[in-house]
Parts: sequence; C-alpha cells; structure tokens
Amino acid sequence: MSEISITLLRFGFLILLWALVLAAIGVLRADLYGTRVTSRGRGREARRKADARTDKVAAPSRSATGIRTGSISTRDETAAHLAVTAGALKGTTIPLGSAPILVGRSPTCTLVIDDDYCSAKHCRIFPEDGGWKVEDLGSTNGTFLDNQRVDDPMPFKRGDKLRLGATTVELRG
Amino acid sequence: MATVAELEVRTGRRAELALLGIAWVIIVLSRALVDYHADFLELAPLAIYGGGAAALMLACHLIIRRYAPSADPVLLPAVFAINGVGLAMIRRIDFAYAQYRGRETDFGAAQIGWTIAGVILAMAVILVIRDHRKLRRFTYTAGVVGLVLYLLPLVPGLGVEINGARIWIDVFGRSLQPGEFAKIAMVVFFAGYLVTNRDTLALAGPKILGLRFPRPRDMGPLLVVWAAALLLMIYQRDLGASLLFFGIFLGMLYVATQRISWVITGVALFGVGAVAAGIVFPHVRSRYDAWLHALDPEVYSSGTSEQLVRGLFGMASGGLFGTGLGQGRPDLVPYAESDFIIASIGEELGLTGLMALLVLYLIVVQRAFRTSIGVRDGFGKLLAAGLGFSLALQVFIVVGGVTRVIPLTGLTTPWLAYGGSSMLANWIVVGLLLRVSDQARRARTEASA
Repeated sequence: MSEISITLLRFGFLILLWALVLAAIGVLRADLYGTRVTSRGRGREARRKADARTDKVAAPSRSATGIRTGSISTRDETAAHLAVTAGALKGTTIPLGSAPILVGRSPTCTLVIDDDYCSAKHCRIFPEDGGWKVEDLGSTNGTFLDNQRVDDPMPFKRGDKLRLGATTVELRG
Repeated sequence: MATVAELEVRTGRRAELALLGIAWVIIVLSRALVDYHADFLELAPLAIYGGGAAALMLACHLIIRRYAPSADPVLLPAVFAINGVGLAMIRRIDFAYAQYRGRETDFGAAQIGWTIAGVILAMAVILVIRDHRKLRRFTYTAGVVGLVLYLLPLVPGLGVEINGARIWIDVFGRSLQPGEFAKIAMVVFFAGYLVTNRDTLALAGPKILGLRFPRPRDMGPLLVVWAAALLLMIYQRDLGASLLFFGIFLGMLYVATQRISWVITGVALFGVGAVAAGIVFPHVRSRYDAWLHALDPEVYSSGTSEQLVRGLFGMASGGLFGTGLGQGRPDLVPYAESDFIIASIGEELGLTGLMALLVLYLIVVQRAFRTSIGVRDGFGKLLAAGLGFSLALQVFIVVGGVTRVIPLTGLTTPWLAYGGSSMLANWIVVGLLLRVSDQARRARTEASA
C-alpha cells in the first residue's frame, strides 16, 4: 500500500472512533424516557387557586404536544397507572397490575415516599370488583380522597386526588 | 399541582445493531492496521478474527433482543469498541516486544480468550439474573464473599506477590486477581446495606460552617470501611484498590443519603490516612516522590519514576493525532500492555484517539447513572450508580496516575488493559448494567405500548 493510503487509513481510524462516539450520543439524544412534568399554575398564588378549583380544565395545549396525558374521564373505570402529581416524588408513575399497592415511608412499600408527614405504611390501594379502592392503614396524619378523610375502604376512581402528607397521587388511564 | 405525562421509549435495538456495526469496523480496522505495520497482514486470519467478532457481537445482540429487550442500546457497542481497540493495541505491543526487545510474548491471543470468556459471562449474567432485585437477598453473603476475596491473597501458599503488591492468587498455575471480583460483591453489599440503613445515616447532626454533619454515633460504618481501606493499603501495598474501595463506599453513601457532608468527612479521613501512610511507609512515600518529582534526575535515575516519565514521553511523541497504530515505540514503557496501555494508546492514536476512548467510558458511566435514575427500586438505583461510579473512579485512578494528576497506582483500565480477572469482572459489570437498564426502561416501554 502506498504512503498516502496508510496516512488516510490512520486518520480514517480516528474519524471512525469519533463517528462511533457521535452516533452513540445521537442515539442518547433520541432516548429520553421518563415523565414530563408540566406545572399548571404560575407561582404559588396561582397554584393555590388551581388547587381550590375542581380540576377539570385540561390545558388545550397538552394535546398539541403529542404526549399521551391520560385525559381525566370518570366514565372509563380502567386505570393503567398511578401518578404522583405533587410532593417530593412528583412525576413518578407506577403501572397498575392486579397487585395491591402499598404507599408509605418503609422501603418495603411499592411507592416509597420520603415525606415527614407520612407514616411507614400509610395507605393501601387495591383492586376490587373491577375498580380500585383505597384504605388507610392507621396513619398518623390521615389519608384524604378529594378532601374527605379515608377510614374504611373507599372507591378510588380516575381523576380523584388522593392526598397523604405533602404528596398527591392520581389514577391515570 | 402539575400534570405528569409519560414519554414514549424506544427499545433501541436497531440503534444498537447499527452502533455494533460501527464498533465492528473499528475492531477489524485496528487489527488490520497493526498487522500491516508488522508485515503480518494475511487475509485468512483477519477474516477469522472479523468473523469471530461479528458472530460474538451478533450473538450478544440476539440474546439481549430475546431476554433483555429494553436494555440500554449504547452500552454494548461502546464496551465492544473499547475492548477491540485494547485487543489491537496489546497485539501491537506483542509485535513491538518481539521486534525491538527480542521478547516473545503472546498477550494478544490470551486477551482474546479472556474477552470471549468475559462476553459469555456477561450474557450468562443476563440469562441467570432475570431480576436484579433478587441480588438484594444476598446482601450480607456478598459482603462476606467480597471480604474473603480481598483477603485471599494474604493466605500463605495461595497468595502470590508480584512487583511488591500482594493482590494475586495462584489458581491452577494462573494468577488471578480476586480484588477485581470483590469490587462487584462490595457494590452489591453496599447497595443492599445502604438501602435499608440510609434513613439513620441521613439523620442530621451538628452544624459546622453552615453544613449539617451526620451524628457522630452514625459514623461507625464509614470508620469501618476507612479502616478496611487502610489495611488493604498497608498489607497488600495496593494503593489503587484501597482508593477504589473507599471511593465506591463514599460515592454510594452520597447517592443514598444526599449529604455532601459525608463526602467531606470521608475525603478528609482518606487524606489523613494517605498522608500518614506516606510518612510511615517507605514504599508509599516513594510513590509520592515519583509523582511530585517525576522529572527530577535523582528520582528518575533511582528508577521510581522511570516508567511514569517514559509513559509521558510516549504520549508527548504521539501528539495530537498519534504516530499511527503500529508506528510508535510503546515497548519503551514497562508494562505497556497492562498498567500503561493508556500511554501506549496516547502514543499511537494521539490525544484525539485517547479522548475518543475516554468519551466512550464517559458514555458508559452516563448510561449507568441514567439507569440509576430510571429504575424504580432503591436497591437497583444504588446498584447501577455504584457500578457506574466504580468504573468512573477506576478509569480516573488509572488515567490520573499515568498522566501525573494523582500518584501512580496499579489498577487496570476496564476492558482495555491486559489482564484476565479484570476483563471477566468488568464484563460481569456490563451484564449487570444491561439487566438493570432493561428493568429501568421495560416498564416504560410496556406502559406506553
């Protein structure tokens, strides 16, 4: 082989190494996964107002983003996952199967919440009669379903807000 | 209040195949260049090498497609490319030893064997461990196994001392470095231990200089690990492994508790230990001397900094683009195929090639941390973060030592340097990372399907 082709191969090899690096970074760019959290209110004041309203106003722009948001409809009872909408774990989702979900601070729980106002085993969300129900497990600060305290098992429908400590969870389609 | 939307995930298997294609060209081209400059280029052996590499990579790809379909697509091609460059470089050093030194070595062929064994082990990890959470059951078993592995070289009759470091054991005439495997066992142990005990370790104690420090009575585990790292340094004369061991614990402790004060306490403790070791032990002090006064003629002629300085000269003669694969003199540096492979690569591929390799390491580590963020269970988070951090720290210790950023220590560069134990252990890490990343991304792909 001639000198020039060897030199070309020498630099070609370096270019190839960087081609792999850049291609890998390209793949990573297209590989975003997880959840996207969009804040609905502007600032604390607006957020407080948004809380006070019954939350049925879905921002129209959400459908335009092309992301499945799980529209809030109480007609469809089948919920596919549990989403945390407020608190330290905001943005976390858990897919729902047929197994009950324990929520609390203990590491043995399905949803482990790092929240000083939660109990170790705070509440349980479990499937019954084709729907989901929630019961309080004797927590210190209580579990609230749409501002109503949960004592006995209560039906937990899509769109209902379940509040425990500083955390709010919702059922999603 | 906020809305939470799931982002769709692609499994990325096709992207993985394409990246594996580029990695394959790198593997074959590097070997062809090495063979050409050694006047050794024949089509048949090269075709066997290329065919074998392609078969191995394709087999991995198919196994992952079948058994870990959502695993990270970038991990495997990056590791294969690093490994391929390492194989070519070690073969190149074999040729250089034969040509200039009259020394017949066969590191290259041995390393190919270790690579194949490593890849098979990684795939075995994926096939056997279907759920990484099962590893949590072996928390304390892993701790004991790790400890025993670290101590094995000290057993009389079994341990072998090579170049002043007592980190090898003799198994069927082959020397093995059990510390490499102990590293993985320790990450599993720390992950399991910290996930259950992090609440106590995160408790706030006294406030000093605006930083909340942990309570003194919770310092126990940190002190135990610190003492173990110091003992490792004293009895095995293995600075690198003790730094790696302590660093992994500190890194995982920080990930588990989010308290920067642990890192400050730990680094201060290690600093005290390192300075004290430098005062008390002459072999540690000579390492520090070689690092701080490497170019001092007195230190150089005494031989302590000779290897380091030769490595620096090698990298300097490589410059920006290198001398070209097969056109340098890597044989001038002692241990060019293992401890100083970074210097050999710096010489023949230049800064450009070395940086490409370092960015590939960075990508691997980044994927480990991304997996750690994505996976849901605390054990998996700590496991992935610990494995990623151990790789990052190991590369830093080696490259930092060779480039005189920190004192030189004898650690292997993952997948790159010659060494069977290191190759097997680091491929096991790849298998574990692929498994955890599959778990991290699978739930998402299923939810959005």
